[in-house]
Amino acid sequence: MGENGINRKGGEGRMWEVFTQKKTGDPHEHAGNVHAHDAEMALQHARDVYSRRNEAVSIWVVPSDQITASSPDDAGPFFDPAEDKIFRHPQFYKVPHVSKKRR
Amino acid sequence: MDEQQKLQEFQDRIDAGEKIEPKDWMPERFRKQLVRMMSQHAHSEIIGMLPEGNWITRAPSLRRKLALLAKVQDEAGHGLYLYSGAETLGVSRDEMIDDLLSGKAKYSNIFNYPTQTWADIGVIGWLVDGAAIVNQTMLAKSSFGPYARANLRICKEESFHRKQGHEIIATMMKGTPAQRKMVQDAVNRWWWPTLMMFGPPDDNSPNSNELIRWKVKTKTNDELRQSFIDRTVEEAHDMGIEIPDPDLRYNEETKHWEIGEINFDELYRVVTGNGPMNKKRMAARRKAHEEGRWVREAAEAYAEKQKLKEKKAS
Repeated sequence: MGENGINRKGGEGRMWEVFTQKKTGDPHEHAGNVHAHDAEMALQHARDVYSRRNEAVSIWVVPSDQITASSPDDAGPFFDPAEDKIFRHPQFYKVPHVSKKRR
Repeated sequence: MDEQQKLQEFQDRIDAGEKIEPKDWMPERFRKQLVRMMSQHAHSEIIGMLPEGNWITRAPSLRRKLALLAKVQDEAGHGLYLYSGAETLGVSRDEMIDDLLSGKAKYSNIFNYPTQTWADIGVIGWLVDGAAIVNQTMLAKSSFGPYARANLRICKEESFHRKQGHEIIATMMKGTPAQRKMVQDAVNRWWWPTLMMFGPPDDNSPNSNELIRWKVKTKTNDELRQSFIDRTVEEAHDMGIEIPDPDLRYNEETKHWEIGEINFDELYRVVTGNGPMNKKRMAARRKAHEEGRWVREAAEAYAEKQKLKEKKAS
């Protein structure tokens, strides 16, 4: 028995992050999470929670504690190296302007 | 950086229309308010299944039964989107559910009223879900990313809820005198509690200013209430339903419907646990949780057995 006299055994299970693909050709996008004791159950819950109206043609589930994320506190230095590399963008280059001729 | 600076930066981000994500720095008070709002909202969806679930077996036709089943299932889904959002702030699902079952957490007051007739099911969809949409449409633009996203999903589904209720009511209003009377009686009982769903008036709403400053909410309780009233009064009159408010009148200047005084003492009475159904709702929820325990335990045991099998095989 836990706090408030409520039996804590038989809890909600592990947390899984859910990614859904709206239609083939689209990327999988994060939808939310579900709780389940194993992957198969997580997949079924994900379908029931995030695709009751054909919102998905494919679903991925992954245990939440298996995801490593970048930290917003380090976002500056972490993403900074890309900022001074303007030569990675087409705007950096100057080429002669050729006007299209109509035939 | 000191706390004051951080707070200023946080406010600047919000003023610039940026969304706050779970791992971003946020004032402790912001986190607390969001956990409170999201878990209360989630609990409301879960408890909200009870008054309607009450009528599934007695729906008057297969069409109505299918709609009601799907609607109640959606409410469960909405609860789960919101629990999922709240969990991003570090509170666990088990903790939130414990708080609901122990009576520590609150849920929307509206579900402490009984569903006495079939017309109540129509009125809940039309009025209660109609009011919820007004609120949730605003919350879909909330400054906290996970809350905004959960509400966006909810809004996409909620219009079906409202419309099926509106259809029930409109159909009954074209029926026999007894059916019309049943609708009017349901509206008489639900109108005022629905208006109270928007919370206390602006001059007596302790959380409002802060939530608006942080753009968790973008409209005040009274503004939301008014937009619901304007939309609903017209629909009621169109169906031949009378709004149970002798002071109701249209203000030609402001182009708004003005209502009589709301009896907020009633709201406080019900919020503090003395409504007609508080005890029954909680008892039903606890019973459902207990009766589902063997399923959760079986799933847990099965998962562990599979893990052992895999270990042996490798």
